[in-house]
Amino acid sequence: MKKLKKFNKYIPYIVLGLLLIWHSVLYAQEQRFPRPEFEGDYTFPTHQFLNQRGPMWEYMDVAVLIGALTVASWLALKKRSRQGLIWVSLFSLAYFGFYRQGCICAVGSVQNMSLALFNESYAMPLPALLFFTIPLLFALLSGRVFCAGVCPLGAIQELTGFRKVRVPKNLERVLAMIPFVYLGLAVLFAATESQFLICRYDPFVGIFRIDAPYTMIIFGALLLLVGIFVNRPYCRYLCPYGVLQNIFSRFSVKHLTITPAECRNCRLCESGCPYDAILQSDPVKDREIAEKKWKGSLPYLLMIPVLAAAFAVLLYNLAPALSGVNDNVKLAREIRLEKEQGIKAVSKASVAYYESGRTESELFEQEQQIIGRFRKGAPWAGIFLGLSLGIGFFRLTVRDIRTDYEPDRGRCYSCGKCFKFCPVKINN
Amino acid sequence: MEEQQKNSGSRRDFVRKAGKLIVAAPILALPVILAKKTDAKGYVWQIDPYKCTSCEQCKTACVMTPSAVKCTNAYPMCGYCDFCPGFLRQGAKTYDTAAENQLCPVGAIKRTFVEEPYFEYTIDENLCDGCSKCVKACYNFGNGSLYLQIMHNLCVNCNQCRIARICPSDAVVRVPADEPYMRKELKKV
Repeated sequence: MKKLKKFNKYIPYIVLGLLLIWHSVLYAQEQRFPRPEFEGDYTFPTHQFLNQRGPMWEYMDVAVLIGALTVASWLALKKRSRQGLIWVSLFSLAYFGFYRQGCICAVGSVQNMSLALFNESYAMPLPALLFFTIPLLFALLSGRVFCAGVCPLGAIQELTGFRKVRVPKNLERVLAMIPFVYLGLAVLFAATESQFLICRYDPFVGIFRIDAPYTMIIFGALLLLVGIFVNRPYCRYLCPYGVLQNIFSRFSVKHLTITPAECRNCRLCESGCPYDAILQSDPVKDREIAEKKWKGSLPYLLMIPVLAAAFAVLLYNLAPALSGVNDNVKLAREIRLEKEQGIKAVSKASVAYYESGRTESELFEQEQQIIGRFRKGAPWAGIFLGLSLGIGFFRLTVRDIRTDYEPDRGRCYSCGKCFKFCPVKINN
Repeated sequence: MEEQQKNSGSRRDFVRKAGKLIVAAPILALPVILAKKTDAKGYVWQIDPYKCTSCEQCKTACVMTPSAVKCTNAYPMCGYCDFCPGFLRQGAKTYDTAAENQLCPVGAIKRTFVEEPYFEYTIDENLCDGCSKCVKACYNFGNGSLYLQIMHNLCVNCNQCRIARICPSDAVVRVPADEPYMRKELKKV
């Protein structure tokens, strides 16, 4: 006992020694070669990292956005000038497209929104939030003026759409469903931190930057070529932000009108819209029939929740398959395949995984977590799809009675191409 | 008949007004919901040098040509070796500083004599294309003082960085814009 007590006072020094050895081991791991002891008056140079253009510039972008939207609304609603809207398109294409190179954009901000809403680690940058909300506010006030000439993606198509080829109505309706699916998936993928789908498959950003994978350049060029005849193919059949614009614009306070005064039902504007967004006026004798027919649409109204539920179940079951877009899930599947069936993992991700020293259980646990998040999120995307499909069907059965020719508030891009077809003029 | 017309008219008005309210509510509430989740400064992309496995993909994945990713040297970590594995190519016939013996394919590493036996290595960022050959060599055989960073005077800050999507080790992460660089430093001295 006595001996031990004597020994006691050395313990701190032993611990200190161990600590020092341990510390030097750590240090040696970091530094294979010791830091030189310079004899001269050498001082370590400090690397001057350069910063990006200041954050003030992003607010400048927001100011330009508001300015362009205001001008576009004025041109579309008050001034009724197609030529003016073309100039706005040109400006937006030059500024947001070629100068700002397509980022920051309202279309992509949907994903930042979703990422910020469903993830703790990410906060929405204020400029991105403004880019998301301001065009929607304007849609609520004056229709889709953002699409008309402020969105660079819309502008480049607007300026290259020279001919108009009508798409058959049924085909148009089927193709117009794609953006809903695209929006649902993009929000789901962003919420689960898997991918920014919209940015990845942005067809025109490669043209703005003159740099993209060649597949995207071909895709963008093809869209522009198709767009010469079938105007604005991206906006009509792909754009996910267009879905939101469409919904908001339906309830807009004011909207562009085809005629500056009273419609004379002269039918001259019927073929004026390349997007088939002009709603025809009903002949007098049809007006009574439509009034009596609404009971037939009741089953479709009841079908809406059924469709929503069906799509929710469908997407819930698709969740594991959808989670394959996540890099971690992809890697985990590759590693599992190697473990169970001996197929060698050759991807760069698997090489990096073996180098990084992550454990298998860590990886598989992460995979399960991500699949769990997909299981949680996918039904909501399904409900969104089912609801929009159901409401779409229901809308087909309900007939509004119109006494004038007017633009379809949802699908009209407020581009002003119909102005010149209207013979009604007002003198100042 | 006229009354019916009126009724249907008012019904449609009701739907439209209700729709307006329903649609306007979230857009007006959104800033309130997001007030806690909004950041005035925003984020930029940066490479975490401790996660990077120098797979050479930064050079080609970036939307900028040449890449916005450049090599930098963390001087306090550098060994100032005469025989620098990041500077000299392995398996060279003679170990001198002739171009054919240098590892850097674009000759972006400049070697200057400090004092016997130390040499300082600086990266000429105008030449560097971010191929990370020297980073890998320095990590494997040296102190690991050479590392890659995204240079924000060149980066266009894409919403989804293409390098981040391709990076096999998830080393490209969002960092707060007011601290845009992740310096590699000596942890303890």
